Amino acid sequence: MTRRRWWLAGLFVLTVGGLGRGAMLINGAGATFPYPLYSKWFDEFHKKQSDVQINYQSIGSGGGIRQLLEGTVDFGASDAPMTDEQLASAKVPVLHLPTVLGAVVPTYNLASVKTLRLGPETLAGIFLAKITRWDDAAIARDNPGVTLPSEPIVPVHRSDGSGTTYIFTDYLTKVSPEWQKSVGRGPSVNWPVGLGGKGNEGVTGLIQQTPNAIGYVELIYALQNKLAMADIRNRAGEYVKPTIESVTAAAASAAANMPADFRVSITDPAGKDAYPIASFTWLLVPTRIADAGKGGAIKSFLGWMLTDGQMHASPLHYAPLPSSVVAMEQAALAKITVGGS
Amino acid sequence: MEVVRAPRLRIPVPSRVVAPVPSSTPVRGAGVAVSSAARLRRRIGDFGFRATALGFALSVFVITGLIALSLVRTSWRSVVTFGWSFLWTSTWDPVFEHFGALPFIYGTLMSSAIALLFAVPIGVGAAICLAELLPQRLADPLTFLVELLVAVPSVIYGLVGVFVLVPVVRTLGNAAQPLIGFLPIFRGPVYGVGLLTAGIVLAVMIVPFVISISREVLLAVPQTQRDAALALGATRWETIQGVVLPFARSGIFGAVFLALARALGETMAVTMVIGNRPEIAASLFAPAYTMPAVLANEFAEATSDVYLAALMEIGLVLFCITVIINGVARLLVMNVQRNTAGAAE
Amino acid sequence: MTLARRRRLVERVMFALSVGCMATALSVLFFLLGYITYQGISSLSLSFFTNLPAPVGEAGGGMANALLGSLKLLIAAACLGIPVGFLGGVYLAEYGGGKLGFLVRYAADVLNGVPSIVIGITVYALVVRPIGHFSTLAGGVALGLMIIPVALRSTEEFLRLVPASLREAAIALGAPRWVVIVRVVIPAGMRGIATGLVLALARVAGETAPLLFTAFNNRYWSEGWTQPTASLPVMIFTYAIAPYQDWHDQAWAAGLVLLALVLGANLIARFVLRRGGPIQGRA
Repeated sequence: MTRRRWWLAGLFVLTVGGLGRGAMLINGAGATFPYPLYSKWFDEFHKKQSDVQINYQSIGSGGGIRQLLEGTVDFGASDAPMTDEQLASAKVPVLHLPTVLGAVVPTYNLASVKTLRLGPETLAGIFLAKITRWDDAAIARDNPGVTLPSEPIVPVHRSDGSGTTYIFTDYLTKVSPEWQKSVGRGPSVNWPVGLGGKGNEGVTGLIQQTPNAIGYVELIYALQNKLAMADIRNRAGEYVKPTIESVTAAAASAAANMPADFRVSITDPAGKDAYPIASFTWLLVPTRIADAGKGGAIKSFLGWMLTDGQMHASPLHYAPLPSSVVAMEQAALAKITVGGS
Repeated sequence: MEVVRAPRLRIPVPSRVVAPVPSSTPVRGAGVAVSSAARLRRRIGDFGFRATALGFALSVFVITGLIALSLVRTSWRSVVTFGWSFLWTSTWDPVFEHFGALPFIYGTLMSSAIALLFAVPIGVGAAICLAELLPQRLADPLTFLVELLVAVPSVIYGLVGVFVLVPVVRTLGNAAQPLIGFLPIFRGPVYGVGLLTAGIVLAVMIVPFVISISREVLLAVPQTQRDAALALGATRWETIQGVVLPFARSGIFGAVFLALARALGETMAVTMVIGNRPEIAASLFAPAYTMPAVLANEFAEATSDVYLAALMEIGLVLFCITVIINGVARLLVMNVQRNTAGAAE
Repeated sequence: MTLARRRRLVERVMFALSVGCMATALSVLFFLLGYITYQGISSLSLSFFTNLPAPVGEAGGGMANALLGSLKLLIAAACLGIPVGFLGGVYLAEYGGGKLGFLVRYAADVLNGVPSIVIGITVYALVVRPIGHFSTLAGGVALGLMIIPVALRSTEEFLRLVPASLREAAIALGAPRWVVIVRVVIPAGMRGIATGLVLALARVAGETAPLLFTAFNNRYWSEGWTQPTASLPVMIFTYAIAPYQDWHDQAWAAGLVLLALVLGANLIARFVLRRGGPIQGRA
């Protein structure tokens, strides 16, 4: 190439590299569970403050925690609260701020069964491979009068580490001593049985395609893909469907006793109408943000999120925060210090 | 063969030899006196160029070494915790932190083997057709189209696999089970996802490499060899079988190993259709798990040190398998070349 | 059956089989291309090429930032991968033989076989962690590492194809060795090398895993080279695993665009090669 062409190429490279607005970019990473809502929120906030761009990527709860601890993102998001060890290893103390409530729902593929009810031990038994056929006595007990097919159950779970799995296994650990002993809770566990799908989408796909399958996904995936959802019996003995109301009810007792650091699990709650497999999801924010511009923008967003942002939750099938929790969080925002001091 | 047109030669003429001299200084090869300064310039130029090129070539080696070192460093904790038993333990329990790579090694090797089983015969057969049977006018665009498959992103292969192949395997598998279900490799429920499906998806992904490179290799076999065989009365097929293929053997091996390398490292497409179950089962319809798949699935979420190290150790094992297979490939090629050294043009 | 007839029969059967193999391969290819086109074409619109991604439920989202991001990543990858692969290939072709050449070729083969996710993770540890954030540069480094083995091999092969007579002629005219290589051999093999390089770039254009932990992703335009950036393969991946049909459609459309871009690059490369040059094989 002639020298002039090299020159032009270099100019091109520099120009291409320099394209972009002049806005401030804030990076966040974490849970996929609330991603639809978060993407809506960050967009709405950008419309209000057009010089702030919040770039959130859903790489998973654990990924969010790790990137936050390593300092490659400005904030994280997680469906599972950080453990004490993780908090201890953070360079700057991290604040957990609940944002919304969501539900993990067991979904199934049984052509002949319109409504399926499952008790907690039954659910655990299915995923422990103790209950292997749909016409098992335990399932029949939960569903009197329903004809269950005499087919083998195909459990489906997540192959990738995920907050959704954490919430689900957290619930199973609480309701089944055997599950607690042999499997435990975590974003990834050693599943006794079942096919692994990648992401909520993978699990959805597997359930849709495999007859006699049962798995667990976030509520939004079940609704969007019109999957059949099972009603779960809660601690009060009622079979509850996952709705915004039942999820809000699940948070009620926790809201009354919310710890100061907001780390609480609301699976298997008391309450007549409470949905058993619900959870808060948290934004993880460092309490000391050196960059004054970014810190101010983040605090401003959090304030907006707790008031106007909550209104976007229900249309996307997330339950907004209880007002007592919102009040606690607004007070907690003061803990975030911004700037060089 | 076209007339070879030599490109314009631009030989730099040194302008400073001893004293200012006109530009027609004689620096023109043997028999003519070349000044010592010019010779020094030439040596520096040669040395500099060779050193630069050598540096870049070595950097390839350094980069590969760096990757290996990085893998060893990040997996060290798991190596010391589990030792060699990591390679033959079957448990993968992130909660209780027991890790073993055997199911993943099995899944990786089996799915790649199935892929080769499908891709090599079909690929070499197609290459023979494209190189020997079809006229070049037809074969060139077809090969070009086949090579286009290389650029399809892995995720798309996965999606097409999920939407198209999985239902097909499930339907056909369920239909064929009464007939073949007694065999251990076809036993068990047919989910649609599983080892066989992953093997087929991998086969589709690697067949373009096999076809493309095998075709080049077959075309490079000298025509004299073919003519000699034909002159002796062989049919065209006997020529291919007896003369062309043996001549091209090392090149085709190379193609196969290149394809194998890609199959071993394939991540996204595999994890969407293999069922992701870390279990060793004899049946091809059973779900399985491969090393790149578990790495991709669990890397983002692995927050405990041992867990992360165990995942990196899986990466290290995969790296070692790649090194071994490449070593074997090189040895095979060298062997074959030595044996066919006599068959020069 | 006479021997002659049997041999002819065998020949016909084997040829039929090989045509069958090719037909299988081609039908799978056409099916794949057709499926992707069918799924993707309905979602392609002008807004796809000009708009930024829209949040869920809002129409008119596009992937303009991903298109630009992929372009920037390829430029960065080319800046790393092409010089290293090219000059390394020059060394192997012109000076390489013996142990050093063997080591370098072996290392390149191994590098080629490293899964893309491992390359991504390594670049994360070596580039992203020290810098402190995700960046286009890191993504470019990861892709560049994947280009190196392919560039190396194709450069070496095409330089070897340059006839010895050309080299000898240049030497006879008194040129120093490095001049022979730089001014004679490389220009002679340039078209083939360029084809190989374009094909290498086309291949890494579709890689997802190395970008997930290096370039990350970006909802907005990415400024400069040190911010995270969107790219077509990562967007395809993100949208494909989302719950919304609208995003699935966009993922297919992006896949189709990626395929079309690679097809275009291939066509250009082939056209350039056919235009002629001193090196023309039977292919």
